[in-house]
Amino acid sequence: MKRHNQSQHTVFAYKQIIYSKGFAPLLFMTEHLVDIQNITFSRADRIIYDDISIQIPKGKITAIMGPSGIGKTTMLRLIGGQLTPDKGDITFAGESIPKMNRKKLYHTRKAISMLFQSGALFTDMSVFDNVAFALREHTDLSESVIQTLVLLKLEAVGLRGAAQLMPSELSGGMARRAALARAIALDPELIMYDEPFAGQDPISMGVLVKLIKALSEALSVTSIVVTHDVSEVLNIADYVYILANKKVIGHGTAEQIKASESELVQQFLLGKADGPVPFHYPATDLSSQLLGDLI
Amino acid sequence: MSWVIQLGASTLDNIRSFGRAFLMLTGALIALPQLKNVRLTLQQIYVVGVQSLLIIMVSGLFIGMVMALQGYTILVGYGAEGSLGPMVALSLLRELGPVVTALLFAGRAGSALTAEIGLMKATEQLSSLEMMAVDPLRRVVAPRVWAGIISMPMLALIFSAIGILGGHLVGVDWLGVDSGSYWSIMQATVDWNKDVVNGILKSIVFAIVVTWIAIFKGYDAVPTSEGISQATTQTVVYSSLAVLGLDFVLTALMFGIN
Repeated sequence: MKRHNQSQHTVFAYKQIIYSKGFAPLLFMTEHLVDIQNITFSRADRIIYDDISIQIPKGKITAIMGPSGIGKTTMLRLIGGQLTPDKGDITFAGESIPKMNRKKLYHTRKAISMLFQSGALFTDMSVFDNVAFALREHTDLSESVIQTLVLLKLEAVGLRGAAQLMPSELSGGMARRAALARAIALDPELIMYDEPFAGQDPISMGVLVKLIKALSEALSVTSIVVTHDVSEVLNIADYVYILANKKVIGHGTAEQIKASESELVQQFLLGKADGPVPFHYPATDLSSQLLGDLI
Repeated sequence: MSWVIQLGASTLDNIRSFGRAFLMLTGALIALPQLKNVRLTLQQIYVVGVQSLLIIMVSGLFIGMVMALQGYTILVGYGAEGSLGPMVALSLLRELGPVVTALLFAGRAGSALTAEIGLMKATEQLSSLEMMAVDPLRRVVAPRVWAGIISMPMLALIFSAIGILGGHLVGVDWLGVDSGSYWSIMQATVDWNKDVVNGILKSIVFAIVVTWIAIFKGYDAVPTSEGISQATTQTVVYSSLAVLGLDFVLTALMFGIN
């Protein structure tokens, strides 16, 4: 506990240094850190989102859930400015992401972090260098300060002892935690988690759930967790959005979502094989196809 | 009618692809002034240049030896074996040095660049760079483009130098051509600007084209194992064809029209 407090104090001290170098995250003028307003997004001829709105409250954990293939990761890429919506607007701290020029967008991204599903660690660097990467790129801090910061970040995710390992030497859960340490290196205001629990064993999953909750509370960071692991995320999320059929089909606190009367929401939460989201992919009548021509 | 639609779609797709490739190259070439990139470029020069030295030197040696052997059998019939030196040197400096080096470079370093960048894309490392506010064009593409442009002319010169020594080994040491005439006629015949500089210019053009194709194919690859495999193959095929086609154009411009 004592060490944790010391770490927090040191993080705060170094945060001031980063601020003084002109890389301070943006000051927030709005209640919602991210505001997605009536966006429509399509890929080729396929509509992914049809006029949906989502608000991400500051300093809270917001979960975005939905069946596979619904475009949850796409939502994170839209927020990060890697994709542009066809219609509507996405604001971060009151500023429109799609309307930003390249320079402004890259500046804004210094306040945003994303934990990729694969971890996306740089395979030619050690864990230490991966975590130090953003600090070396965006700050003029000395190597000794960077070392201190990196070790603190790694300590926070329990991987200080693995600092010199290469990504190929890490287990899936460790890689995800190392990526998390890298994601918090610049003390972002927003962390986006893309399927953080996918493919994790129960212990790793428990560790990640605990870390997401702890980091959110300790750093007062706003978190967006995109996942379809219902039970894990409902335990930590302050607010939940459920996406399906190109729309937001339900939103509210975990309790409100659990009590939802929507069949679609209940099918998703309870994992029913059939329901409003059909088991079968749309097809012609089985008997006529079996008796008819070859496909 | 459908083939017209397909042709139109394919043409538009190719134009779009060329546009993306052009933007990528300009973005990468503009990225030189960053001081941080110098260290990364040196690292890449080691990877694509220094690590290609062995295959370049061995190939240069054997090509020089074969040329001397073939040249000797033809020239000796006319009593002109003394011209073996300039024949080997001019062939290597003007044509074989830049062309074969570019083909070997495409096979050895180009395919590796495509696979590396394709895998970085498939494992979301490029997206991760973007989200960390680090431009992949500056961090990943630019050092590799510049490393290719710097390395290939040097490799081509080394190829030619080793080839000339290989020619000497076969022509002079084994077949008995006079060493003095091998070197002196070569020295009198080979022109610095016309032969050496033009060879270097060819090599620079090939370097830009091969590296450009290799990196773009990786950057634009479908992020699956099949997509990366296809992109790697395309790099070698397109680079080789581009080098051979451009060689004709450059030769016509440099040596063909008086």
